[in-house]
Amino acid sequence: MERRFVYMDYNATTPLRPEVKAEMIEDLELYANASSLHEAGRKARSRIERSRAAVAALIGAKDPERVVFTSGGSESNNTVFATMFHLGRKGGRKGIVTTKIEHPCVLNAAKWLADEGFPVTFLDVDEYGVVDMDQLRRAVGPETLLVSVMAANNEIGTVQDIRAIAAIAKAAGAYMHTDATQSVGKIPVSVDDWGVDYMTMSCHKLYGPKGIGGLYVREGRPLEPLIRGGHQEHGFRAGTYNNQGIMGFGLAAELAKAELDDYVERIGGLRRRLRDGILAAVPKCRVNGHPERVLPNTLNVSFPGAEGEAILLSLDLEGIRVSTGSACASGSLDPSHVLMATGVGPELAHGSIRFSLGRDSTEEDVDYVVSRIGPIIARLRSMSTVSY
Amino acid sequence: MSDAFAWLYSDVVKEHFTNPKNVFNPDEGFPYNAEGMTGNIKCGDQMLFMLLVEGDVIKDVRWKTYGCASAIASTSMLSEVVKGMTIKQAYNIKPNDIVAKLGGLPDNKIHCSVLGDKALRAAIDDYLAKNGRAGEFRNEGARIICTCLNISDRDIEEAVKQGARDWVGLQERTKIGTVCGGCKETAEELLHEYVHIFGDE
Repeated sequence: MERRFVYMDYNATTPLRPEVKAEMIEDLELYANASSLHEAGRKARSRIERSRAAVAALIGAKDPERVVFTSGGSESNNTVFATMFHLGRKGGRKGIVTTKIEHPCVLNAAKWLADEGFPVTFLDVDEYGVVDMDQLRRAVGPETLLVSVMAANNEIGTVQDIRAIAAIAKAAGAYMHTDATQSVGKIPVSVDDWGVDYMTMSCHKLYGPKGIGGLYVREGRPLEPLIRGGHQEHGFRAGTYNNQGIMGFGLAAELAKAELDDYVERIGGLRRRLRDGILAAVPKCRVNGHPERVLPNTLNVSFPGAEGEAILLSLDLEGIRVSTGSACASGSLDPSHVLMATGVGPELAHGSIRFSLGRDSTEEDVDYVVSRIGPIIARLRSMSTVSY
Repeated sequence: MSDAFAWLYSDVVKEHFTNPKNVFNPDEGFPYNAEGMTGNIKCGDQMLFMLLVEGDVIKDVRWKTYGCASAIASTSMLSEVVKGMTIKQAYNIKPNDIVAKLGGLPDNKIHCSVLGDKALRAAIDDYLAKNGRAGEFRNEGARIICTCLNISDRDIEEAVKQGARDWVGLQERTKIGTVCGGCKETAEELLHEYVHIFGDE
């Protein structure tokens, strides 16, 4: 096949949809401060509230007011953990239960609470990246303040049973938070069906702009602002409204909701085609993550005998953009904490590649990647100290 | 320079990564008389050197590497550089010499280039051992780290190979830094590097 550019790193970020981009450019004219009382301000504010309703609709939140706009997933997650810090230090419950495969912003926020004296449990996962429910049941009790489990993993795509996890948290009287950054717009998400108290969202994973995200907070649940200041977002998140970002988020959410069923079916089909193609093209590779309970767009494959950064750069030279769980790509000495938690071992973790598909992906893209991966792995293996 | 690589690696690295020189091919029947391996898969990099030595001169060399692009490129470059060298000259090659020849590496990739010379030295040591000259180059190219007690980087490397994993363990084996202590920072950097390379746990 002729050389082409293939973007398969949609879990890192997505391109701005042309419709969203066009509307955002138009929205730039709405420069007024959305907190201003005059007509221009009210107009901007009205657009923001429309966006809030669209985001709420995407996540099945009946009351749009329960959505707080933030700068993105990291801020949303940190706001929840900061809230727990303030609650815990006043006395009462302090236990935090999370997992070993969370995004670094949750892991590091949880480690911060551990440093502050909060008892923190990092739950194990099985070989597919599924949370150990028995361990969860044992870990959650009358001292538990918060259970925080990501809805779907960014690296391997494994989807957790958030409804069952939330039920365990609720039965113990603990708050339930889920980081749904990678789930929103990719699988059906419903805060009521799942029964979560807090849910993190990010806009740039669903073809909207960067620098904007959201936090769902169920009515009556405490929230401590991370950023103090004005009265924006009912005082829960100060700072002049990011008009353009919020408007882009609203439209991206609206489109994602309308297209979700098609997305799941079409992208899921492309993922299967890619998976089957790679398995046929490369001997002795291994698909990571759960075989069924997985995001429709995420395919993580380990290529033993080859190292991830070398694979990534070889693909890059062919115009293919992916990511890897190798230590060498991160600049640290340790490979992916997610893959290590699934117990695949360092060789498979170092040799892992994440292919994440998106709405612009095509069968031609998939076939092109399949045509290139075989020779790349064969070449690296032929140089390798490990024989396959 | 290709745009795709511009931000990460030099053209020389790219050339040695995409067209590596002297890679071992089992079908070729390379007649080597010494070999050495270092690193481990757990750390994400491992290198194997095979040498054909005649009269203390490296006539030819082959290698294999499990590792990232900079590990592959630095091994390839090293294999070109050592051809025709005496084993003593080759023993004195430093990672920095290779990094310079590659046109530099990003800071966080330097540690990927430090295995090649160690695998090469292991191969030369193998040659010496096979010829009844074990340990002959022990102090070749050594850099004194602890000037009070005359302890070199090679001594630190050897201590790590024998099980030292932290500063206390290193001091127990070498007495390093027990006089003025001025070498501690440099020594700990080396300790960290060698534990990464040789530590198996």
